[in-house]
Amino acid sequence: MSEIALPKVDKTIVSKKDLIVNNLKQFTDKKNVLSELDEIRPYETDALAAYKNLPLAVVLPENTQEVSEILKFCHKENIKVIPRGAGTGLSGGALPLNDAILLGLGKFNKILDIDFDNKCVVTQPGVTNLSITHAVKHKGYYYAPDPSSQLACSIGGNVAENSGGVHSLKYGTTTNNILGVEMVMMDGTICRIGGKTLDQEGYDLLGLICGSEGLLGVITEVTVKILKNPQTVKAALIGFPTIEDGGNCVTDIISNGITPAGMEIMDKALIDATEKFVHAGYPMDAEVLMIVELDGTKSEVEELFKQIKQIAEKNKSNSFKLSKNEKERLGFWSGRKAAFPACGAMAPDYYCMDGTIPRGKLSEILKEISRLSKKYNLGVANGFHAGDGNLHPLILFDGSNKEELRRTEEFGAEILKACVRMGGALSGEHGIGIEKRELMCEAFNDNDIQQQINIKMSLDEKNLLNPGKVYPILRKCAEEGRVHVHRGEEKFPDLPRF
Amino acid sequence: MFTEEKKNSQIFQDSNHLSPTNELEVSELIKEAYKKKLPIDIHGSNSKKFIGYNVQAAKSLDLSSLSGVIEYLPEELYIKVKPGTLIKDIENILEKNNQELSFEPTDFGYLNDGKSNKGTAGGCVSCNFAGSRRFKVGSVRDFILGFRGVNGKGDIIKSGGTVVKNVTGYDLSKLVSGSFGTLVALTEVTLKISAKKPSQNTIIIYEKDPKTISDLFNMVLSSSNEISGAVFVPDEPKSKKFTPNKSKAFKLNDLDQEGAFFAIRIEGDQNSIKERIKDISNEMSLKKYKTSNLDIYQSDLFWKSINSLQLFSETKNNLLRAVVPPSKSEKMINFLKNKYRYFIDWSGSLFWIEVPGDENIKELKNIIIQNDGYVTIIKKSEDFEFNEKLFTVDDIKLMISKKIKESFDPRGLFNPGKMYKDF
Repeated sequence: MSEIALPKVDKTIVSKKDLIVNNLKQFTDKKNVLSELDEIRPYETDALAAYKNLPLAVVLPENTQEVSEILKFCHKENIKVIPRGAGTGLSGGALPLNDAILLGLGKFNKILDIDFDNKCVVTQPGVTNLSITHAVKHKGYYYAPDPSSQLACSIGGNVAENSGGVHSLKYGTTTNNILGVEMVMMDGTICRIGGKTLDQEGYDLLGLICGSEGLLGVITEVTVKILKNPQTVKAALIGFPTIEDGGNCVTDIISNGITPAGMEIMDKALIDATEKFVHAGYPMDAEVLMIVELDGTKSEVEELFKQIKQIAEKNKSNSFKLSKNEKERLGFWSGRKAAFPACGAMAPDYYCMDGTIPRGKLSEILKEISRLSKKYNLGVANGFHAGDGNLHPLILFDGSNKEELRRTEEFGAEILKACVRMGGALSGEHGIGIEKRELMCEAFNDNDIQQQINIKMSLDEKNLLNPGKVYPILRKCAEEGRVHVHRGEEKFPDLPRF
Repeated sequence: MFTEEKKNSQIFQDSNHLSPTNELEVSELIKEAYKKKLPIDIHGSNSKKFIGYNVQAAKSLDLSSLSGVIEYLPEELYIKVKPGTLIKDIENILEKNNQELSFEPTDFGYLNDGKSNKGTAGGCVSCNFAGSRRFKVGSVRDFILGFRGVNGKGDIIKSGGTVVKNVTGYDLSKLVSGSFGTLVALTEVTLKISAKKPSQNTIIIYEKDPKTISDLFNMVLSSSNEISGAVFVPDEPKSKKFTPNKSKAFKLNDLDQEGAFFAIRIEGDQNSIKERIKDISNEMSLKKYKTSNLDIYQSDLFWKSINSLQLFSETKNNLLRAVVPPSKSEKMINFLKNKYRYFIDWSGSLFWIEVPGDENIKELKNIIIQNDGYVTIIKKSEDFEFNEKLFTVDDIKLMISKKIKESFDPRGLFNPGKMYKDF
């Protein structure tokens, strides 16, 4: 499975490695250019660790001008460039190429301006998502998108992948929470898009860049919106006897005009796995467990939980527990957040999938996954950001068994195809990268893909920036791999993934 | 198919006003235009036609006949419509399920003839003008989940879908919003919808000191009380160049017509509203000011008036729409003084400014740009100097925009010159 078609290696570039490395040293401090095997090895993969590939060299510029000069040089010399933030991406978006420079933004790690008057923070792209909230929390503010890797993932990477999190239903994803970026195009042009104002005039280039997976430009600065902490936050744990009941409850909550801050669903396999792992106090008699979080004013939260309790009872819930305090609320989340390591303890390997479906198809997709589980004779545990229809099935398998590995790949691809069939999408928050590249034709036809490629080529006419990602190389629906974790050797094992 | 193509080719040849009724027709008519290199003026109901430069085109592609709801799933919080569907009709359908388009599409009808006209879904998406909730919920572009349309070569393309979380390729829905029909002829749009809050209330604060107004805006943005609208309406200028409108636009029993006022909207269930009004009164020290309160009915009318620009009803002057960072509102108020008629929305960010037709707008534009903002000339007076740029854009962004335009519409046929003179 770690075999994947990559753009053809330009041997002329590889043969000029020493010259290129020396040239790069003109644009930034010598210590920022890495070319020895032991120096570049750590950059051979991102969090999709099944795929590894060494870059020609790694360069770690320190300011925008350096990025511009490096890109201008690479553009002139036809050298491919792979941008990389913290390398926590799960779809292989930062996988290096042998004839490409890996451009690491790790040294862009400063917050530049905390502007409480305009409720925004201007930051360099290498700053972690959580650091932004830490920088403003003393005044009661936070940055809303909260991907599970927020402790380590960089804000530049969040822009590239349009990262979401458990609170996207109410607060949106990265694209809804940024005001501006500074970006360097492949030819070295520095441009500023947006700023501290809401919206921008003309074409929404900010919207285009967000989620473009590093194919259109290198982000060198981001301005994010910050929000005031809600007055009250509470969560409830609700158990259901069947998948249908849990799925119907999700739909009914939304139909009743309630927009929870977060709404998660776990199936029996995941409840059992996480309960064994962290003892979160989940009801063991539930086939499906829902975590609902509401925020707002005290009376509003109380009133809405009363309504949710009634809706849950109507849908045959067999348990309902409301958090009494902050500690208990966090306890409710602890199991959900331990889903990945808990699965790691259940089987030698697991694949994490990431697709979306319309909320109303929840029980349908769960049944389909259950059917496929039997068909492929492989265990699966399901966690969903149910509020926004984003599902993360975790397929359990043994990677040392090649035949089982093949079945796992087929199983995973069938789940994503089912998502698209049900009106959903191939990726909710992990991006396409190399992982789902060849599945793009499940969701889009040639015209759709060609239009996207035309945009890419209009801004990067030589196709030098992060080539081989997002758009199918093979132009056939090959069944590629997903996040493969072997014997718990996940990249960034400390990060909660949910 | 061959006969269809022939038929559409004939229609294209015979008529300058093309009014397709399905996506395939749109595609084939555009393919004809592409073959013959003929520019097309793409539009819906023309409710916002005065925005931008006049389009010089041989053919007009009227998408208003391509209308109707394709799919409405209240529980999935989306509605999929054809581009010619009237926003008014969409809102009526949503209302039946206590749902709404929470971005509050701006109603430009009053500017024209003193009557409401929110235009079509396609026009709303293409222009990206959101109302008073913008600072809380987002703009039109944040509510477009996906679209189908035809590019400048006649190819049918799609992007996005019906789900909120979707990272599959470039988010073209964002790009299409605010593109004024220069990239794609829309054939289908999917809009995210929201539950309508059961009640609302508006607090009116009678105040006009620029520093105080700026502080009040800041307090709104710093509040955790989920305030969903904050505007400042100053005194009307005495100059005869403005037809007095304020008392008509805000004719409400509990709103004192004399002088300037600041208004904030609170939405939710009644208990929550009460609780929040109490809290807001404390955090904003409202006892210091003369205030009044608009109940649900008056509040609803008030924000409708704001979001339909009734203050500028049937104006013959220039109307500018400026957006600045909220911290710049005080400087802007000090500059605008009583010289122009204006009001401020989006809690200190959005300025709607009416400038007499015979006045030069250059200085005002410069002030807005110096304050890190941007400005769009929405309505032009008869005396308007047409060499004036209508949209703010820097050279690099213009260069990028031009390349993107070419990637969708390589022959530059869609609404040429609508936004920028170059393309």
